[in-house]
Amino acid sequence: MLQISLWKRVLIAVIIAAGLVYAVPNLFYNRVATHNDAVAAETRTGSLTPEQQAAKAGWPDWLPSDIVNLGLDLRGGAQLLAQVNVDEVYKSRVDALWPEFRKALADERATLGSIRRLRADPGVLKIQIGNADQIQKAVQIAETLNAPVSSLTGVGQKTLKITTEGNDLVIQLSDAEKGATDDRTMQQSLEIVRRRIDAAGTREPTIVREGSDRILIQVPGASSAQEIKQLIGTTAKLTFNSVIGTTSNPNQATGANEEIVPSGDQKGLYYILDPVPVVTGEDLTDARPDTDQNGYPAVAFRFNASAARAFGDYTQNNIGKPFAIVLDNKVISAPTIQSHIPGGSGIITGRFTVKEATDLALLLRAGALPASMTFLEERTIGPELGADSIKAGKLAAGVGAALVVVFMIASYGLFGVFASVALGLNIALIFAIMSVIGSTLTLPGIAGIVLTMGTAVDANVLVFERIREELRIAKKPARAIELGYERAMSAIVDANVTTFLTAVILFVLGAGPVRGFAVTFLIGIITSVFTAIWVTRLFVSLWFARRRPKELVL
Amino acid sequence: MAFRLKLVPEKTNFDFFKHQVVTFGVSVVMVIASIILVLTMGLNLGIDFRGGTTIRTESDIPVDVGAYRQAIAPLNLGDVAITQVFDPNFRADQHVATIRIQAQDGQEAISPETQGQVLDALKTVNKDVKITSTESIGPKVSGELIWTAVWSVLAAVFAILVYVWLRFEWQFSVGAVAALVHDVTVTIGIFSLFQFRFDLSIIAALLTILGYSINDTVVVFDRLRENLVKYKKMPLREVMNLSVNETLSRTVMTSGTTLLALISLLVLGGDVIRNFVFAMTWGVIVGTYSSVYVAKNIVLFIGLDRNKETKDPSEKFFDNGDVAAD
Repeated sequence: MLQISLWKRVLIAVIIAAGLVYAVPNLFYNRVATHNDAVAAETRTGSLTPEQQAAKAGWPDWLPSDIVNLGLDLRGGAQLLAQVNVDEVYKSRVDALWPEFRKALADERATLGSIRRLRADPGVLKIQIGNADQIQKAVQIAETLNAPVSSLTGVGQKTLKITTEGNDLVIQLSDAEKGATDDRTMQQSLEIVRRRIDAAGTREPTIVREGSDRILIQVPGASSAQEIKQLIGTTAKLTFNSVIGTTSNPNQATGANEEIVPSGDQKGLYYILDPVPVVTGEDLTDARPDTDQNGYPAVAFRFNASAARAFGDYTQNNIGKPFAIVLDNKVISAPTIQSHIPGGSGIITGRFTVKEATDLALLLRAGALPASMTFLEERTIGPELGADSIKAGKLAAGVGAALVVVFMIASYGLFGVFASVALGLNIALIFAIMSVIGSTLTLPGIAGIVLTMGTAVDANVLVFERIREELRIAKKPARAIELGYERAMSAIVDANVTTFLTAVILFVLGAGPVRGFAVTFLIGIITSVFTAIWVTRLFVSLWFARRRPKELVL
Repeated sequence: MAFRLKLVPEKTNFDFFKHQVVTFGVSVVMVIASIILVLTMGLNLGIDFRGGTTIRTESDIPVDVGAYRQAIAPLNLGDVAITQVFDPNFRADQHVATIRIQAQDGQEAISPETQGQVLDALKTVNKDVKITSTESIGPKVSGELIWTAVWSVLAAVFAILVYVWLRFEWQFSVGAVAALVHDVTVTIGIFSLFQFRFDLSIIAALLTILGYSINDTVVVFDRLRENLVKYKKMPLREVMNLSVNETLSRTVMTSGTTLLALISLLVLGGDVIRNFVFAMTWGVIVGTYSSVYVAKNIVLFIGLDRNKETKDPSEKFFDNGDVAAD
């Protein structure tokens, strides 16, 4: 029958109510946005300025505060697509191998003859062996230095590809190691870029990896992409300093050879440091997560030759004392020197978790960009243009909705009113879902919503037209309505599944603003089928139960 | 009797095949003309597809395209296209122009110096000129985007082909795809004819048109499937006519509401997405036409094996609760 069972009615009502509640914050966009900023600031710093407190009070905490993100084309800002030249890292990795190989091979100089590095392509280490007939011996020695790859995907593979070319030994990174290296390079680059942009205090930047070697950077509110480029270009300053003491007073008087640097992770803790660094981040060639002799997480690091000497001497003279690792004028770690560290490599121990060790290694490596970046795409949208677009989008959506409503009511009377109310709920549901899943509304996205308004009524039209047909063959109203819904269903399903397919493809293959369009369009298809089939049906059934009309004019 | 707006009378009996030579012929001619247009005149590709830079400027005094061109010429940036933009939403003293600069040799994106030089050059013409947006895309990305675009359209067509085949007969899916190819080709054709900018958003519009047009076609097919079961003895041609007539009111209603929404967007939605919306508006018109005049003509042309068991239209994708239970 036309009746809808109670639990379904309740379910529909609950979904509608939830949709409305979650859509409401978008009506008070600025108020909610400043409220959210204040809340974020509170969790970050623990205190609020009076303005922030006012902003926080501007929206009640118990109401949902998720709002749709506005795309750059609507709020203005800059976007960059950077390609990280991951190959550059191979060169420095391979160059760093040379001293090790020279030493190992030189130990066997009696059999191998003279050992000389030859000029080769970047990322290739070519070593000439004096006695050509001993090349196999040289390969054997080289293989002893060939460590297994330390990544999940490269299990069982070696780091280096060692081949021969006449009496030359040719050493380069294996494909598995290149993959692992690329991954590390990308992680480092992302981390550096993120911290560079965060440091500038911009709001909600989006920094994500795209594909294998690209980074997409979106900074709302930035006045130009050039500005962001400069920001990313600045080198991170990393230094290792000796610690003179600690204090809780940032303004404590210091001697000529002392400086006060805040701790990066402990609030209220300040270190008194010797301002002349022992070594700097520029001297660091590598840092990676490791374990200490007891199996606890630690960070292994390696310096270049000159810094290794300086660091060796320093550690020898300061065993048991702490030294500070300072990044951008913040002490990120102050470990105690356990022993003399010769050879420029060592491990930093502490009460690290695996994640902390990984992060610290990342931070250490993140001292400078590991490889240069090429900017493939850049966009800047001025805030005025974005505001104009929002204004135009709102106007067009309002007029479009009004026209559709008038047209529907003129065509179907009361049923048109039902369809129009359902359309309004549909728009609310789209905003509610977008807010909750945190998707981004772009200008094409607004177009998608307007288009949805036009097409959303389609399912209703199919049903209403079918009801008309059934009425025409002299069916009683109840039966006609029932058959109308039943018989229109296969057309509604087929039509929407095919549309859904194209929208999914649009989402998967589309980029940027186009994807924003696909998102609203996809959500719109789902919500419009729901509102058209269930919501209007609920209205019709409630109306029918109350009125029991003997005849129906549609 | 309450007033009802009825664009289509209650019962129609149009013979949609009466002028099939003309209607189908028009479609064939338009498709061929579109292909010839694209081959001879080409498309006005946006920077998404060929790389380069677009700069949007705004100023209080009217744009002098000639003066802008002269000012930029000494920079030797190669192909530079300057167009003035008009929009009903602009304020009286809001004058907008877009400047498109070709991809520079050996550069992935425009250098900051070039951008500064362009602004300086424009300031010699009009010192208050502002740059409200810039977009720069390197040849590498644009090359990839072309393939993404081609793939997405092909993938969508293929997915629809398979779905319609599964739910209906293979003849239907050939008809539906022919209609889709018609819609896409004719839309690309009009972009070539008017030399409107063809960029990534137009691909999105094309996919939307695919979705819309297949929606329309499927509704007609759904009715056809139902009527084929109902009127087993009626000639195929008449069953088709009946099905189109029965769904005509719905076709007109839905096209009507969609066009109302799109036209308000076209007029009021601003110039930034005007090309995109134009493609969709045009596509809805063409798509509606093709589902009435193209898709089923192809099915009629191929013919249906009517003795074969027709796929069951009541095959349900989801439980429809009480209605189905009765």
